[in-house]
Amino acid sequence: MTMIEALDPIDRQLVNTIQLDFPLNPYPFRILGGRIGISEEEVIDRLKKLTDIGVVRKIGPILSTTAIGGSSTLIAMQVPEYEVDRVAARINEFGEVSHNYLRPGKYNLWFTVSARKKERLHEIISEISELGYPFLNLPVNRLFKIGVKFEV
Amino acid sequence: MDDLDLRLIKLTQDGIELVPEPFKKIARELNISEEEVINRINTLIEHGIVRRFGASIGHRALGILFNAMCVWNVPDHRVEEVGAIMAGFDEVSHCYERLRSPDWEYNLYAMVHARTREECERIAHEISLATGISDYTILFSEKEFKKTGVRI
Repeated sequence: MTMIEALDPIDRQLVNTIQLDFPLNPYPFRILGGRIGISEEEVIDRLKKLTDIGVVRKIGPILSTTAIGGSSTLIAMQVPEYEVDRVAARINEFGEVSHNYLRPGKYNLWFTVSARKKERLHEIISEISELGYPFLNLPVNRLFKIGVKFEV
Repeated sequence: MDDLDLRLIKLTQDGIELVPEPFKKIARELNISEEEVINRINTLIEHGIVRRFGASIGHRALGILFNAMCVWNVPDHRVEEVGAIMAGFDEVSHCYERLRSPDWEYNLYAMVHARTREECERIAHEISLATGISDYTILFSEKEFKKTGVRI
């Protein structure tokens, strides 16, 4: 059974609401409870459960890299299969790496780097090139969509 | 964004506590009122530094097991139009134009999330029909090494 089957209609309503309409108020969970018709305590209990099962990762600010004055890029790296776990772990050591996936094809390690300053991004890229694997540097040219909400 | 905003982001980016007054402790730590914490978050949203304040969802726990990066080779003069069509698909969470590389001709990227591999393939096919772009490839993620979102 996947977790989504474990969610009742109230959980679903909660998950849908807290993605875009989280109340910025000293008592956010009380307000949420008022909207849904359950107590503050129940909201908190349900959110704890949803966090435990991984449906809710966190409630917080979703940052825009460019707006914090930073710059980001996507790197596609060609790493021999037997080395990929080790290289991925090395790359994950950079706090600026936010996503890192193994994908099929010639370039198999795909990760995004978001740095607070352009200079830092260049520094990271130069450290990454010292690893000695061929890679593509694929910065965004135009943005068409950034995910905001996932309806459950 | 001043130093206090930066500290506020650092204190909240990994998620606020699931307690009745989650902003209270943050206010105390920053030595400002809860009201100012909330006002500052709202201002960060207005300035686009914070895209939204709310929950991040764990796709995997919801049974959305497949994450496909669909890459497309779109003639430069059609990028604007095709990007808009792709962004219109609900299953596409992110859509970007990225620079081409001599060794990588694809320039448009659409992230597709779905419950099965076949569903991802079907969506990519629908996008292809809707845009007339037939030169594309689907790169499924085979392993997730890291997924944290943008942090500072």
